[in-house]
Amino acid sequence: MTKVEAIIRPGKLDDVKDALDAIEVKGITVANVMGAGKQRGRTQYYRGQEYVVNLLDKTKIETVVADSKVEQVVEAITKAAFTGEIGDGKIFLSKVDDVIRIRTGERGESAI
Amino acid sequence: MTKIEAIIRPGKVDDVKEALDEVGVKGITVINVMGAGKQRGRTQYYRGQEYVVNLLDKTKIETVVSDDMSEQVIEAIKKAAFTGEIGDGKIFVSKIDEVIRIRTGENGEVAI
Amino acid sequence: MGGLVFRARMLLATLGAVVFCLLLSSGVAFADSAGKINAGDTAWVLVSSALVMFMTPGLALFYAGMVRRKNALGTILQSFAMVGIIGLLWVVYGYSLAFGTDHFGFIGSLEWAGLRNVGVAPNLDYAPTIPHQAFVIFQAMFAIITPALITGAFAERMRFKAFVIFSIVWFTVVYCPVAHWVWGTGGWLRNYGALDFAGGIVVHISSGISALCCAIMLGRRKGFNREEFKPHNLTMTLIGTGMLWFGWFGFNAGSALAANGIATGAFLATNTAGATAAVAWMMLEWCHRGKPTALGVATGAIAGLAAVTPASGFITPVASIAIGAIVSVICYFAIMLKGKFGYDDSLDVFGVHGVGGIWGVIAVGLFATGAINPVVKTNGLFLGGSELLLKQTVAAVTVAGYSFVMTFIALKVIGVITPLRVEKDDEETGLDLTQHGEVGYSL
Repeated sequence: MTKVEAIIRPGKLDDVKDALDAIEVKGITVANVMGAGKQRGRTQYYRGQEYVVNLLDKTKIETVVADSKVEQVVEAITKAAFTGEIGDGKIFLSKVDDVIRIRTGERGESAI
Repeated sequence: MTKIEAIIRPGKVDDVKEALDEVGVKGITVINVMGAGKQRGRTQYYRGQEYVVNLLDKTKIETVVSDDMSEQVIEAIKKAAFTGEIGDGKIFVSKIDEVIRIRTGENGEVAI
Repeated sequence: MGGLVFRARMLLATLGAVVFCLLLSSGVAFADSAGKINAGDTAWVLVSSALVMFMTPGLALFYAGMVRRKNALGTILQSFAMVGIIGLLWVVYGYSLAFGTDHFGFIGSLEWAGLRNVGVAPNLDYAPTIPHQAFVIFQAMFAIITPALITGAFAERMRFKAFVIFSIVWFTVVYCPVAHWVWGTGGWLRNYGALDFAGGIVVHISSGISALCCAIMLGRRKGFNREEFKPHNLTMTLIGTGMLWFGWFGFNAGSALAANGIATGAFLATNTAGATAAVAWMMLEWCHRGKPTALGVATGAIAGLAAVTPASGFITPVASIAIGAIVSVICYFAIMLKGKFGYDDSLDVFGVHGVGGIWGVIAVGLFATGAINPVVKTNGLFLGGSELLLKQTVAAVTVAGYSFVMTFIALKVIGVITPLRVEKDDEETGLDLTQHGEVGYSL
């Protein structure tokens, strides 16, 4: 199984959710995070003090899927989160050895 | 080493924390996330606008443990987070290659 | 060099002459005073002015809670900016345009610009028992909150620069003339016999209809009907609601311009209508949606307070119950119109203030009675008169039409000078960071 973690623009969350829904990926975890990448930060200014904030608001979507489905999921997220501007985000893939559904105790792919 | 990530009901955080304490797991990271799975969302309603919110508040607990402890930890979380209703959550298990304690520079299992 | 000194001297001399004239003329005004200042009335109007001032920060919180967190500060600042800008312009020329000597029933003259000749001596036309300046500052607070009300319609997408220009223009070409028509000596609606006790026409219809125009002209927020535009902090909205309700006693009861029975009646009507409308909205939602919501109760309360505003000094307590109950039913459905027609009146300024204000102004023509206030010459429809209802309708329609058209023209012209909306990317990032370089929450 593979964990797909996507750091995306907060405004793209609904699009990505819809795209994942369309390919039957139901289980996702979403967290508001801050991120820095190539996208330039904004200057904040408080009573004469200037702060360059290059940690920007981002949204992280995580889902664990069967290895056979990974490419399809990556494709769907890439398409849905795309704007073409710097700051579209990144997708990270990593191996997951096991999944346990707490309610039933099922393990492995059937628990996804 | 193994990373165990559990997505649980926010109300179960204390139970899970205690259960982990009992099996000797001290280092945990907790983050508020939103999740969608089989659990049905609730309808929110603001001034004539309806929103079906199927991203529900969840809590993610992460911990990294030695491989021989992982089953015991999974069991503890399973037991503590269980209610039997849809929405109990999932546990993801994956390999971790290295851990470094920042203060001492120790690495490997002693750094956990 | 010598030329420069000479010019500076000339300037000083001119300034001195102007100041001297001002002093002299205001002295004359004091001497001419015929009205007698009443301490109780003056105290009440000054306190009411402070109460009404408190409504604008209340409105800021009311609105800010309903936007997304990235726009919270920007939304608050739009209201606070009005406290500053209009607070200043009111003294510079606004008061004179609205309440100065009449020209054609349409606008006041500039004779009171800078409050020249406006002193302590009461103005017999407006408020014979309080200092003229007390009337000025009381009216200033109305002029401040009215353009601030409109900001809810273009929330989360208007450029701050365009907003400032628009607000100044709107204040000048809509608020001041409409206030003059309805309240100014010689104003055509005042002479015609239309009644507006505390600003249903001047404040709520003018801002509510202009808000609709703004929402249409600016276009929908990015992601309208697709993304979730959920309120980010309804607790803030409810605090704002409380502040507005509290301040509304000054708004309505203060409009008696005296500490008397009419003020008391208006106070009672205000609370009764707000309470009834809050309960009505709650019950409606409970029946229709299955759950009563906090935002629903807040919205109902504001709708009731807005609707009773024009009528508050003319009606019996029972009439205020009717006004409050009916406004919730009307507005409950009015705020669903935007979904049907697709305009993005973000915070329902038209749906609540525009529609609620129109109902309130019409309601004066139904419920007003000379038994409560001798200003009412012919009673409302339900109390035997029919003429007043027609007059109220004419006033509502003409002010609505005028406000819409002037707002349309203003936005068209300003749009040529500077873009009205923020860039797409900035809209996504939020107004707080892109317009002001701050964030509301550093968490």
